[in-house]
Amino acid sequence: MQRPIVPFIKLPEGGGTPYLVGSRCKACGQVYVGTRRSCPRCYETGQMQEIRLSDRGELYLWTIVHQSAPGINVPYVAGIVDLPEGVSLRANVEGIEPKPENLRFGMPLELFFEVVRQDREGNEIVAYKFRPAAA
Amino acid sequence: MRDVYVVGVGMIKFGRYPEMDIGELGGQAVHLALKDAGLSIKDVQMVASGNLYQTNMSGQRVLKEIGMTGVPVYNVANACASGSTAFREAYFAVASGAYDIALAVGTEQMGKMGLLGAPRDPSTSPEGVLGTGLMPGVFGMAGMEHMRKYGTTIEQFAKVSVKNHKHAIYNPLSQYQVELSLEDVLNSRMVSYPNTLYMCCPTGDGAAAAIVVSPEKARQLAGGGTLIKVAASALTTDPFTPRDLALADVNTMTRNCARQAYEQAGLGPQDINSVELHDCFATAELLHYENLELCGEGEAGRLIDSGATALGGRVPVNTSGGLLSKGHPIGATGVANICEIVWQLRGQAGQRQVPNHKAGLAHTIGLGSACAIHILTK
Ligand SMILES: [Zn+2]
Repeated sequence: MQRPIVPFIKLPEGGGTPYLVGSRCKACGQVYVGTRRSCPRCYETGQMQEIRLSDRGELYLWTIVHQSAPGINVPYVAGIVDLPEGVSLRANVEGIEPKPENLRFGMPLELFFEVVRQDREGNEIVAYKFRPAAA
Repeated sequence: MRDVYVVGVGMIKFGRYPEMDIGELGGQAVHLALKDAGLSIKDVQMVASGNLYQTNMSGQRVLKEIGMTGVPVYNVANACASGSTAFREAYFAVASGAYDIALAVGTEQMGKMGLLGAPRDPSTSPEGVLGTGLMPGVFGMAGMEHMRKYGTTIEQFAKVSVKNHKHAIYNPLSQYQVELSLEDVLNSRMVSYPNTLYMCCPTGDGAAAAIVVSPEKARQLAGGGTLIKVAASALTTDPFTPRDLALADVNTMTRNCARQAYEQAGLGPQDINSVELHDCFATAELLHYENLELCGEGEAGRLIDSGATALGGRVPVNTSGGLLSKGHPIGATGVANICEIVWQLRGQAGQRQVPNHKAGLAHTIGLGSACAIHILTK
């Protein structure tokens, strides 16, 4: 069995391509990661529409994490990725050496999914990540 | 609402006290504050206690140590703003007229916790897989946003740590009293770009206390000495901003809080003689220069370069050594900031004294979110 590391990763039944789930507030247009009932921006409730988030984005900010909790491989690039819908995600940026000279604000990125570990029951845990977008 | 005055403050040297619990840590700070005020624990009518990690009955644990008087106790947890939120509760207890003498105490026993909020079991956590939510990374990226917008440099961020460590040399209550050069800071090991080890505040144990009273009590206790008034007390949380749910917005709530505090005090940033602000990471201090209106948008890098925020400058920031050097035992921090401003106002800050000190600002933020600002005047 595959399981998502966070609930907003959708793993379609029967093995289709995974995607990220978001919601759009029909009252104010704000997009959020994941599903939700109410809008913390305009305070409306019951106006949320589930959407599929884009698989391309831009690197808004990045850091290179050199020290983390035991069991987490360092160094790695952690970023904030802006999606065209106007919502942002925390993500690892892979496919490049974690060095400042390899990173650029606004660089185009593409989403991919990867099995990152197994849980105690033997399920494969699926995460989303970004890498520099193919030209 | 009536005016409220601070008549006693005290803190223990921040550091490592593995043999002491928060009752003992807090009890010592409260005794110092009571002695400073010329009061006894019997005089205290209400206690507000700030603590994050031992929060269960933290204030009562202090009273079990120094005096089980039976008064009401409020325990406050508001992340890194827990101590200042407790101070604000004590302030309201007196401002409302309900009590004449209230005690705010902040405590924390952190030991060597290492990275705050690090997952106990990384195998079930998205940390390190879906970016980072740990503080060094969050404040690293907050600094990167300033670099992106204004071209701020790592050297400018690192200068904050050099300055605050230098200030701490003159503060015997600081956890560290070590002068660091710019090279020392830049060459220390990278934690989360651009924050190196010496650009991150340490963990530690500590306690601080402050006693606030009504105008009548303040006049009785002062005996003609300096009266220190709480000219503003403001508390805010994050308003909705577009990226806040991905990367905590460390700016907007401080901007909102500063605006409210300046308005309450009837003062502007140009009237403030020293600032104790929340420099949990070197990157944070520069952001708060702008958030607290100490300079204009995008000018924080130039402000640290100019020396205006160092002792002897136009508006010294973190004369105590700040969180970066004095330490950051979470619940104690907000009350310790108040202590420093009170000592500055009274002219008791020794070699780190700012001359002609008439108004000071104390600021803390907790991510998640809470921002507290107090302005004290004489
Ligand atoms: Zn809405």
